[in-house]
Amino acid sequence: MFSIILTLVMLQESPASNIDWDKEFGVEEKVRDPLTGEFPIEPFAPDNANAGAEPFDNAKMASYFGGHEGIRKIAERTVELSEQDPRISAIFVARDTVRLKRTLFEQFCYLLDAGCDYSGRDMITAHADLGVKMADLNALVENLQKAMREERVPFAVQNRFLAKLAPMSKDVVTR
Amino acid sequence: MARLLSFTAFILSIVASPSNVAAKDGDFLDGGKLVLTNAASSIEGASGGGIATWATISGLETDRGIGVTGHVTVIELPDYGWQSHGVAIGIANRVELSYARQNFDTRDVGTALGLGQGYTLNQDVFAAKLRLAGDLVYGEPLVPQISVGVQHKRNLDGAVTTAVGADSPNGTDFTLSASKLILSRSLLVSATARYTEANQTGLLGFGSAAGKGYDFQFEGSLAYQLSRRAIIGAEMRTKPDNLGLGEDNWMDLFAAFAVTDNVTVTAAYADLGSIATFENQRGAFLSAQIAF
Repeated sequence: MFSIILTLVMLQESPASNIDWDKEFGVEEKVRDPLTGEFPIEPFAPDNANAGAEPFDNAKMASYFGGHEGIRKIAERTVELSEQDPRISAIFVARDTVRLKRTLFEQFCYLLDAGCDYSGRDMITAHADLGVKMADLNALVENLQKAMREERVPFAVQNRFLAKLAPMSKDVVTR
Repeated sequence: MARLLSFTAFILSIVASPSNVAAKDGDFLDGGKLVLTNAASSIEGASGGGIATWATISGLETDRGIGVTGHVTVIELPDYGWQSHGVAIGIANRVELSYARQNFDTRDVGTALGLGQGYTLNQDVFAAKLRLAGDLVYGEPLVPQISVGVQHKRNLDGAVTTAVGADSPNGTDFTLSASKLILSRSLLVSATARYTEANQTGLLGFGSAAGKGYDFQFEGSLAYQLSRRAIIGAEMRTKPDNLGLGEDNWMDLFAAFAVTDNVTVTAAYADLGSIATFENQRGAFLSAQIAF
């Protein structure tokens, strides 16, 4: 068997080096927006309802998170930790994490009633082709907890925030 | 030649890679549960608090894996010493199979009851639990995780259980549990209905020769999550008094701490009331659990 493979390998002709493989396979190159650094996505109607929950009616929550600055740090850190997390890094490899950091910040900021609108897609659409398992979601939650801990968000407040996100699990976990 | 070598390396890497892929998307002892959400091991070996069974499934697996748990528990009481240990397997966070061995040292009471100094009552508990619906953490905030369980207990001291007036040394408990971590309040709430005829959870046998038998009992836990790794709370468990020995309800105040993602220690102050007419059995409960 092995010798047959070897023979076939030695017999095969190497392809010409000047072939544009992207063109051969119909691959379209995506280009990041020079301003935002994000890849373009299919158009859709932005709506705060896409954030997946009603915002808190309590200004204290946002202050516990350190306002816009703290919320942005937590959202970005959650994405960075997850990109480095061997359990779930593969999910993020081919994703636009520049955009994800922005939309995650907007979602957190909107839910914490810190004066943002959420311009991202709804939870079902955003996670449709990610193949997220329950264990992956738990890993992400741990990374979010670590990010909140680093910003000194009190644990009970962390849980109050997670309570907003927890019901979204059914839209996020797809297998 | 260089290409031939690199191709050979490529073939070898394909041959070698399936095990790597399996490890990443693994099914066995791969973990994945949030810390503490596998709960501790109850005295009957099922996952739960200390004295109460919860709707949780043991092991650190999620819906695609298999997890295992081992535990040791000691309860130091004024007149008795309790020691139990056991193992549990969690399958897909859906099914739990557990075994526990309970050893109840009667110390001086053994002499007083004519059993002999340090006579130890022993019992095996074989249990299974099935998660019917819901999730401890996720999903709708007010929809709990609900499980049913069966615990078959085999007391190894039939002569003693007969002597104290029990109907049988063996018995089976049936449980229905609902548990939820209410994140918005950092509260864990759990309630269990237990259909049982066990005397002192079976250490004094089941039912009574006089005809007393199955009845519903209640187990409840209320706990506050201090951090990702620490939780404190209280539990209570009602018990029947089939033998007319003044058997009391149990309660405890506990603190559980996940030392690592795999090791949880639980310490409690437990009030087990009257046991075999010896009153005020209050003491220290200590349990260590390792889970994967």
